[in-house]
Amino acid sequence: MTERTEAVEVAGGTTTGEPLIRLDGVNKWFGPLHVLQDVNLSVARGEVVVVIGPSGSGKSTLCRAINRLEPINSGTITFDDRPLPAEGKALARLRSEVGMVFQSFNLFAHKTILENVTLGPVKVRKEKPAAARDRAMKLLERVGIANQAEKYPAQLSGGQQQRAAIARALAMQPKAMLFDEPTSALDPEMVGEVLDVMTSLARDGMTMVVVTHEMGFARHAANRVIFMADGQLVEDAAPDEFFANPRSERAKDFLSKILTH
Amino acid sequence: MSVLVDHFDVFAGGFWLTFQLCILAATGALLVGTLVAVMRISPVPPLRWIGTAYVTVFRNSPLTIVMFFAAFGLPALGSNADFLRIPGLTSIFSRLGIDLPYFRFAVIALALYTAAFVCEAIRSGINAVPPGQAEAARAIGLTFGQNLRYVVLPQAWKSAVVPLGSVIIAMIKNSALAGFFGVIGDLSNSAQNLTSALGEPIIPVFIGVSIGFLVMTVPLGILLDRIERRRAVAAR
Repeated sequence: MTERTEAVEVAGGTTTGEPLIRLDGVNKWFGPLHVLQDVNLSVARGEVVVVIGPSGSGKSTLCRAINRLEPINSGTITFDDRPLPAEGKALARLRSEVGMVFQSFNLFAHKTILENVTLGPVKVRKEKPAAARDRAMKLLERVGIANQAEKYPAQLSGGQQQRAAIARALAMQPKAMLFDEPTSALDPEMVGEVLDVMTSLARDGMTMVVVTHEMGFARHAANRVIFMADGQLVEDAAPDEFFANPRSERAKDFLSKILTH
Repeated sequence: MSVLVDHFDVFAGGFWLTFQLCILAATGALLVGTLVAVMRISPVPPLRWIGTAYVTVFRNSPLTIVMFFAAFGLPALGSNADFLRIPGLTSIFSRLGIDLPYFRFAVIALALYTAAFVCEAIRSGINAVPPGQAEAARAIGLTFGQNLRYVVLPQAWKSAVVPLGSVIIAMIKNSALAGFFGVIGDLSNSAQNLTSALGEPIIPVFIGVSIGFLVMTVPLGILLDRIERRRAVAAR
């Protein structure tokens, strides 16, 4: 496995100007709770955006809104110049172009790791099973768990499961990847192996939105850091700038709490 | 008790016909029940309403009334349920193909009634599948139908199988009503014949009928216990 510090060169990598993901005036309520307040955000192709903030600030909701796992109440979200379609076939097609990695892995419990990875390509993309299988094995090799292909999710460690989940998302050859706290449910010694995979993805130019508490990853792999609090996008800055000179009180407060120990 | 020996062929024939009725009704109930369960969780509101209405009607009506509507209502509507005369199936279940429609009516009534309970058992199984499973399936672009077929239902079956078994056991016992709605020669109708037409003593005859039902229900119950025990170990 590569060392985590190797990711330093990633920041400022290849990004093109046109946004792949764009949120305009997005609002979302959970009952009386205003979880996303007039959020504007655009993510360019190849850009790695890390979203941080205290819990309950709306980071996960923001991430889940991008592939409409969480429908929004007002505003628009466009992906690859197309507004998110309503529930149905068109939305399913769009979701197949956006990879998603969850905090709790959510691997299909009744399928082997290999079947988890090939299900989407075979059923959604109608790829030939043999071809999907070959590609899946390459992906599992890439994330370092090819030898676990025939096992069931419950037989793997958390870190291995999360790497399998990343492989499952990559198998759809997505245009962007969303990570919703991918390391929060992991034992500390397994965080590194997942971050390594994510770092290598970032280095390869994948467009990524990553909700995380891993400040090291934010520092080394992100092009931009978004700080959210109380449903609002409070800061949007390059990582060096954000960690060295946070402008808002909320961000200063947050950073002082997490970086002191 | 000599009636059990003297008329063994009647009991055996009755058992065989009741067994056929149960196989057909259970198959129908599982198919209709799964369909209704899918309707009840579908994203399309009218389908949900139909599913809910179905369960409300059939779960809350006495089976006797459902049997009554099948045996008298369907003919009044001009139907002899001929759609159940499925070629191939009638060669195994010969009663399905004959002109007298009461066996088909009994299959329909028993299947429709049981389907409401099957639906609820499957739905509780679906609810036992962690929501993250369906969410991950949606996130890779599976449609609602694919999601159910490849991800949710295969897992829901596992936790639904024991309650489903109980539903089927109840259905086997309920099938005793068929003999009172025109089906000739099933277990309960045979008992009636032996006692009222041939004057055989009631208690031995009904012991024979009970044995006929127990032969079907007890092994099924034991099988379910096995499945449950294995599941409990696997869950640990």
